[in-house]
Amino acid sequence: MTPPLEYYLLFAAALFAIGVAGVLLRRNVIIVFMSIELMLNAVNVTFIAFSRQMNNIDGQIFVFFVMTLAAAEVAVGLAIIVAMFRNKESINIEDMNLLKW
Amino acid sequence: MTESLFFIFAAMAIVSALMVILNRNPIYSAVSLVITLFSLAGIFLLLEAYFLAVVQIIVYAGAIMVLFLFVIMLLNPGKEAKFLSPKNPRIFIITLLSMAFIGMIITLVSGSVNYIGEAASSTGDLGTTRNIGLTLFTKYLLPFEIASLLLLVALVGAVLMTKRHLR
Repeated sequence: MTPPLEYYLLFAAALFAIGVAGVLLRRNVIIVFMSIELMLNAVNVTFIAFSRQMNNIDGQIFVFFVMTLAAAEVAVGLAIIVAMFRNKESINIEDMNLLKW
Repeated sequence: MTESLFFIFAAMAIVSALMVILNRNPIYSAVSLVITLFSLAGIFLLLEAYFLAVVQIIVYAGAIMVLFLFVIMLLNPGKEAKFLSPKNPRIFIITLLSMAFIGMIITLVSGSVNYIGEAASSTGDLGTTRNIGLTLFTKYLLPFEIASLLLLVALVGAVLMTKRHLR
């Protein structure tokens, strides 16, 4: 007995909501980054669930590209965090207001 | 059998995802995220995405999390100030927003149950390495090459960004 598609969608929605809450709640940039990873993974779950539902592999290829993008994003993002820490001695997101107006 | 496995993996993923955002120590958050990613790999297996389940463990739980842990230990941020207090006005808004989002999804999904229909019959080899490779290198060859370019740009960008003296 395989669980129906709705279960996967609700699970992914819950995971995405946790990610959103993490981005809004936390002030530590690294945790904010991890929450973004959570949201990306929630989207991956829906992609793969629909891929199984339609018995079509295109959704899984898309997940493959999302993973590539996540790897690139983490590398650049963490480099930015390290560079910011060197200048400001802080990883609090409130201190990163250079582009704020 | 599959259903009970789904519930086990889903519960593990949700609980450890909550641990990620509620823990004040970044190292614990990172370890919780590893558990979440492993549970998601299990869910991918249930959905016949075998190749992606392995990639999830190698790339996410392996490479990306090592990068995270490395940066956490490099910067040594320490514990964050208490953020889960009733004095923090942000908490109520965030909880409200998240609940509203989940409520919206539940309404949407339960409203469309009649349209979703039964899952297509399984051939049992949907997400095997063979099938993924065949599709990736025929239909999606150009996006694949562009993704490699993206990784190169990210590599160069990350090295440049962490250099001490840019001239």
